[in-house]
Amino acid sequence: MKTLKTMFVLVAVLGLFAFTTTNDSGGYEIGDVATDFKLENIDGKMVSLSDFKKAKGFIVIFTCNTCPYAVAYEDRVEALNKKYADKGYPVIAIMPNNTDVKPGDNMEAMKARAKAKGFTFPYLMDKGQKIYPQYGATKTPHVYVLEKTSKGNIVKYIGAIDDNYKDANAVNQKYVEDAVDALLAGEEIKEPKTRAIGCSIKV
Amino acid sequence: MKPIILILIVFVFSCKEAPTEIVEVNETTEENSKSLELEINDYAGLEPYLNLKDDHVYVVNFWATWCAPCVKELPFFEQLGENYKDNNVKVVLISLDFPKDYESKLIPFIEKNKLQSKILVLDDPDMNSWIPKVNPDWEGAIPATLIYNKDKKQFYEQSFTYEELKTEVNKFLN
Repeated sequence: MKTLKTMFVLVAVLGLFAFTTTNDSGGYEIGDVATDFKLENIDGKMVSLSDFKKAKGFIVIFTCNTCPYAVAYEDRVEALNKKYADKGYPVIAIMPNNTDVKPGDNMEAMKARAKAKGFTFPYLMDKGQKIYPQYGATKTPHVYVLEKTSKGNIVKYIGAIDDNYKDANAVNQKYVEDAVDALLAGEEIKEPKTRAIGCSIKV
Repeated sequence: MKPIILILIVFVFSCKEAPTEIVEVNETTEENSKSLELEINDYAGLEPYLNLKDDHVYVVNFWATWCAPCVKELPFFEQLGENYKDNNVKVVLISLDFPKDYESKLIPFIEKNKLQSKILVLDDPDMNSWIPKVNPDWEGAIPATLIYNKDKKQFYEQSFTYEELKTEVNKFLN
């Protein structure tokens, strides 16, 4: 009888572990508090979300130099920063790839790309690849719109920038702009999660 | 008695291999001339290929020439298609290359690597509408693979080794 009891407890404990593991693996969902970070920018300075005292939130974009989809969106990412940084939602770009696998994404290459394209937003290196797994980013580009609240930076939108990677002029739905506009207006985000093809993050 | 069995075995093996090789050569020539004409679809045009209800197991791989991990695993899909063709397994490679790269990159890639699998090209920029139709769990990263037959479907947002691929396909054969 005692053995049976022990076994029962053991099974229950194991079950609990299994449950915890599956629950934690998927990254953030809408409504979760996003972690802050301290990552190196292309100007050599360390950048955290907490540095942006006046921000109402953030457009965090996992992106890189080497993915054709990320490249296709470079100008649109810059335009997002131009439009929303002054309104309280700056773009924070984070490069998540392992640069041993993708040397074209190393710090020197990031600096060169940012200079060539005239990026006005921070372009940070996820050195050690500790941040993107917490967010649950799987590809580049992958966007997280965060709203700053007293509880922390709350995830409000996850997904794509818009619905046409090929042609900015043929876009019908500007998902990120719609999300930030809704936040600024205090309205509900109609489409809080969208999807797009992207390059898998290189580990 | 023993030598006879041995001879029989040798005979069976050689019988199995010889014609395969000849067929292979013929197919290579055929496929090469065919691959010059890409079969380009939007999602509506592609969807039937993801829902065929015959006796085959379909291994559908989403890839692109610019996707390094995709290119790395392509030989395994080719190998699988060759080794499992007698098991009713068909490999379909769906390229997500950009239209501007069809002539300059995709066609040369197919020709250079002499790809034998069925190749389709998906050109549909409204990704948020079709990605969940392929699979509700797909975040959109490639490589991604769908294995299905008329009874079940399994989706994998991951890279494969040949052994892993074989293991998954075998689940559909038993």
